[in-house]
Amino acid sequence: MSTSPASPANAPASQRTISAEIEQLRAAWTDGDAQPLIDYPPYRSSVLRHPTKALHPADPEGAELVAPVFGHSDVDPLEADLTIQDRGEPIGERMLVTGRVLDGEGRPVRHQLVEIWQANAAGRYVHQRDQHHAPLDPHFTGTGRCLTDADGVYRFVTIKPGPYPWRNHHNAWRPAHIHFSLFGTDFTQRLITQMYFPGDPLFDLDPIYQSITDPAARDRLLATYDHDLSEHEWQLGYRWDIVLTGGHSTPMEHPEEHDA
Amino acid sequence: MPELDPTPGQTIGPFFAYALPYDRDYELVRPTTTGAVRLHGTVYDGAGSPVPDALLEIRQADGAGAVPTVEGSIRRDGTAFTGWGRCQTDSAGRYSFTTIAPGGDSAPFVAVVVFARGLLHRLFTRAYLPEASASSSPFLASLEPRIRERLIAVRDDDGGLLFDIHLQGELETPFLTFPGEA
Repeated sequence: MSTSPASPANAPASQRTISAEIEQLRAAWTDGDAQPLIDYPPYRSSVLRHPTKALHPADPEGAELVAPVFGHSDVDPLEADLTIQDRGEPIGERMLVTGRVLDGEGRPVRHQLVEIWQANAAGRYVHQRDQHHAPLDPHFTGTGRCLTDADGVYRFVTIKPGPYPWRNHHNAWRPAHIHFSLFGTDFTQRLITQMYFPGDPLFDLDPIYQSITDPAARDRLLATYDHDLSEHEWQLGYRWDIVLTGGHSTPMEHPEEHDA
Repeated sequence: MPELDPTPGQTIGPFFAYALPYDRDYELVRPTTTGAVRLHGTVYDGAGSPVPDALLEIRQADGAGAVPTVEGSIRRDGTAFTGWGRCQTDSAGRYSFTTIAPGGDSAPFVAVVVFARGLLHRLFTRAYLPEASASSSPFLASLEPRIRERLIAVRDDDGGLLFDIHLQGELETPFLTFPGEA
């Protein structure tokens, strides 16, 4: 296939080239990079889309100290079940994904919005820009919302997404994942990330996943299969907890958090 | 106190547009509201090209300087001011919120978070009102003038607040990091 070293400069890179770049950056890893490198050339779209100047340290002020508030007027409980959004049932492995949203000190993020989106079982998104030649599922849009409960627990019923091709390089495939959008108690805790499934053979090949150069931090994006969450003749269960950073709140400021 | 390791971020990717945006997500107030103002601009990449697949969110105080903690941002009832909004960029990289100017004693600003395809982790910045100056904010005072001015929105001809975002390059927007971030 496309292993010729003489390919023109604008031709898509081969997986071998991308993997070599990933390996080089992995070798340069030093302890402490818990977040993705925003300057990560193996992910080609990142090259012109990251700041090159140092971030400016700031103490959060005013609105930054307070996350937006969402409630039952914003989110219908049915939005947490992605398998019942149409008259028919989607094709795929039905599964429960649940876990807790916590701050860095282990306190639950209560009654807060969680949004997800994902491909269908065939690896196709309901998005006009997705040109993957895989079938759309008329009974699956792949979007959901819920509010965490008083213990910070979120819970979605969905189907397992498929891996899908993308155009970062030749024969590029993303590991199966679910996009998660999260809010904390502070606006500065805002996070968008992706949850992956254990044992995916595409991990080593994927520049988005590998942009997190700390292997322990990468592992924190993996859900765990939990048989206690699976239901007899109905669905499989996965657990994934999320820890947000940057919160300012202390227990003294929120005494009600000691109630639980 | 237990310190848990943070969950890393990942890019918002190319396919959020059918999931995160919703009706009137960018309209913190109705355009007919007294004091309504457009906070708008274009998101650019390091080559100066517009970024048509970015998503911005803002968080701000109300006109009196109080930060609202009321629900209702997703199903807006047209009266509650929730102080939060979301806007995806259009095919020309433009975004536009309809809101009111935040109030407050010192240097009011609108907090901004930026997501985009190609951007592996979110970026925070601030859009200060045009009246802001080094003397009104210790943070602004701590910045070089040419950095400071990029955090201050420009009043345009029809009274709107223009705040372009450059992800990279000569005009790169100053992005912020907060204590405790990993």
